[in-house]
Amino acid sequence: MSIIVDKISYIYEEGSSMERLALDNISCVIEQGEFIGVIGHTGSGKSTFIQHLNGLLKANKGHIYYNEQDIYAPDFKMQELRKHVGLVFQYPEHQLFESTIFKDVCFGPKNLGFSDKDTQIAAFNALRQVGLDESLYYQSPFDLSGGQKRRVAIAGVLAMKPDVIILDEPTAGLDPKGRDEILDCVKKLHDEMKITVILVSHSMEDVAKYVDRIMVINDGKLVFNNEPKAVFARHEELEKIGLAAPSVTYIMEDLYKAGFDVDRSAITIEEAKNSILNLLK
Amino acid sequence: MLRDITLGQYYRANSLIHRLDPRVKLLGTLIFIISLFLGQSIWLYALITVALIAVIKLSKVPLKYITKGMKSIVILVIISAAFNLFLTDGEVIFRFWKLTITREGIYQCVFMIIRLIYLICGTSIMTLTTTPTNLTDGIEKGLDFLNKIKVPVHEVAMMMSIALRFIPILMEETDKIMKAQMARGADFESGNLVKRAKALIPILVPLFVSAFRRANDLAMAMEARCYHGSEGRTKMKPLKYKSRDHKAYIALGVYSVLVIAISIFMKGRFI
Amino acid sequence: MGIVKTKNLTFEYIRRDDEGNVEGVTKAVDDVSIDLKEGDFVAILGHNGSGKSTLAKHINALLLPTEGSVIVDGIDTLDTDQMLKVRQTAGMVFQNPDNQIIGTVVEEEVAFGPENMGVPTKEIWKRVEDSLKAVGMFAYRTASPNKLSGGQKQRIAIAGIVAMKPKCIILDEPTAMLDPKGRAEVLRVLHELNEKEGVTIILITHYMEEVIEADSVFVCDKGRIVMQGSPKEIFSHVEELKELRLDVPQVTELAYELKKAGIPIKDGILTNEELVRELKNVYYR
Repeated sequence: MSIIVDKISYIYEEGSSMERLALDNISCVIEQGEFIGVIGHTGSGKSTFIQHLNGLLKANKGHIYYNEQDIYAPDFKMQELRKHVGLVFQYPEHQLFESTIFKDVCFGPKNLGFSDKDTQIAAFNALRQVGLDESLYYQSPFDLSGGQKRRVAIAGVLAMKPDVIILDEPTAGLDPKGRDEILDCVKKLHDEMKITVILVSHSMEDVAKYVDRIMVINDGKLVFNNEPKAVFARHEELEKIGLAAPSVTYIMEDLYKAGFDVDRSAITIEEAKNSILNLLK
Repeated sequence: MLRDITLGQYYRANSLIHRLDPRVKLLGTLIFIISLFLGQSIWLYALITVALIAVIKLSKVPLKYITKGMKSIVILVIISAAFNLFLTDGEVIFRFWKLTITREGIYQCVFMIIRLIYLICGTSIMTLTTTPTNLTDGIEKGLDFLNKIKVPVHEVAMMMSIALRFIPILMEETDKIMKAQMARGADFESGNLVKRAKALIPILVPLFVSAFRRANDLAMAMEARCYHGSEGRTKMKPLKYKSRDHKAYIALGVYSVLVIAISIFMKGRFI
Repeated sequence: MGIVKTKNLTFEYIRRDDEGNVEGVTKAVDDVSIDLKEGDFVAILGHNGSGKSTLAKHINALLLPTEGSVIVDGIDTLDTDQMLKVRQTAGMVFQNPDNQIIGTVVEEEVAFGPENMGVPTKEIWKRVEDSLKAVGMFAYRTASPNKLSGGQKQRIAIAGIVAMKPKCIILDEPTAMLDPKGRAEVLRVLHELNEKEGVTIILITHYMEEVIEADSVFVCDKGRIVMQGSPKEIFSHVEELKELRLDVPQVTELAYELKKAGIPIKDGILTNEELVRELKNVYYR
């Protein structure tokens, strides 16, 4: 499985007074098993971009190939694409609607035409993967806490057994522990199930900690597409477009300026710690 | 598609129409609507057309904005036009299978289309040039006398203004929920009527839940800001008639007289 | 006596099952006694469901205590005759910017509070202008709130409270739905209001970075205040905070990890400069 994005452009509200170029000639390749972070400030086009990856929006120009098939070809079935590329929107708990959690998670696979038995197995597995306690399965999703609801919503997408899962700011509004729980769960899915993960986030710390590659979108253009260290090393350019590097980068910068010969490319606490310890020993 | 509905959307500009007192605009809209149904003479419609074009020009609202609101009523127009076209008795000029078209039918149909289009234009001009708050202020003050017979005018006005503010937010929300369910494989486009209606449940339930959550939040925020009904409430922009409003009332008066004169004079005639 | 004072504040609500039978009683706030000094920047930390929002709503008299009392600027919130006075003294800003904006034009939105209070028209105009300037949004006074960014919307909401001339503003996770830029904007405005106008700020949050510059910090868990002190004191307890589903700023965490690895540096480091200084001490000793 791979997704090839070939020079796509998207015009928002074409023909109206709100018309503007939301995506401008974006090309990239997403390989099976990658863990990708997408960053960009609000309105940069990153949400528009990810909606193209499962065909919810159609580019005005350019092509997207899923497994070497053009998804804009007339005989291509979008349903098929959505089965393989799961998209979890921001605040996904707001789309829950069924009377029980289990039924809600069954919604996706049922739409895809899974048999009853397969649907239930898929829902059961998905709920287990997000670590929801089994005693809750037949309760109303509306009685859960914010973090639990979100996990149910993610399970709703996982139950469709996607090869790729895209998460749009999955930790927004959660407390620190809740954030870690969601991200650790995603990480586990990536490691154990070999699912490709595309994580949209505002938190540079989270991106630095989890992803293998960062795509930075600004003003509809893909401005960086590289591994985290390489992207964050150019933090001055990131600041110019309203973004930043993780706090650790700045700590190491300050230490370096104060005369410590630390590893300035460290982006996680673990790396920073090791670099400082090496120096002091 | 959802964003195309301009009804209830304010178009910001600085024009005479924008500056008019909302009470003038409300009365004007009312008179305009009544005048649309006061007969079927060409002359009447010529007058209405001139008045409408003059107001649109004065309002500085691009025509594009007004016609955009029309898209949402196309089906309504077609249906009512068809009813008028085929179901009006009179002098038959065309017969096809079981359908007959009469001269009167054609007239009726044309007038119905014009009426509906003018109706939307007229009311859109009002909502496009008046902020919802201003509009509700106008309703509140204009219908003040109803308070004496215990009609909760202020409360109704407040409800309207809140409804107007939340229309675009809830539309965006609908769009978002729809996309989210589509990402979960939901299909809103195929199947028979029952299946399609059923497919709306995954949109409607979250939408209602969200609307209630928002209502709850908003009620709390209003309370926290000392809202306690109209008692002892002051206004940042109290309504006060200016000379342009008096002039507008005079113009409205002239218009009404002309309309009434024409409709009496031309009673039952087209030309 | 401080601007906000609670004494053994307890708030219970009754849980009911589907048939409406009483299932039990939950104490959302449990025996809280705090005393906040006028002019302070106070932060309240706590995980989701820790009772911090319920506590905040008591200060604005949106909720009334089951037991104990809340005194705002000398007025007991149970004195319902003075409820409007309490709400005006202690204004409240909520989490979702969309759900607390009533007006369809920025200046009208800001005027909503003063209008409710019966402020004369001329004075409203002045207050709207002053408060929009205070949050740096004067240029947007005739814009539609729907077209603004999240951070801008929250600043409008804050201006709406400022226009009521409160002595104290309570903010219930005002930055939870914002991006980093919006968060920074809101925080800057809050500190300015605190420093220039002397408004007491009570900020409820779970972003640790927003707490560093507070004068005092309270940590909530299960409806109780479990820790209180200066940011330095609070962030010296890394393990305890993590047990409470919270976190510490990144630099604090790094310092803590270094200390655990045997580097002799002090607890509760909050800024990069402090860490640099500490490491210099270690290095050149």
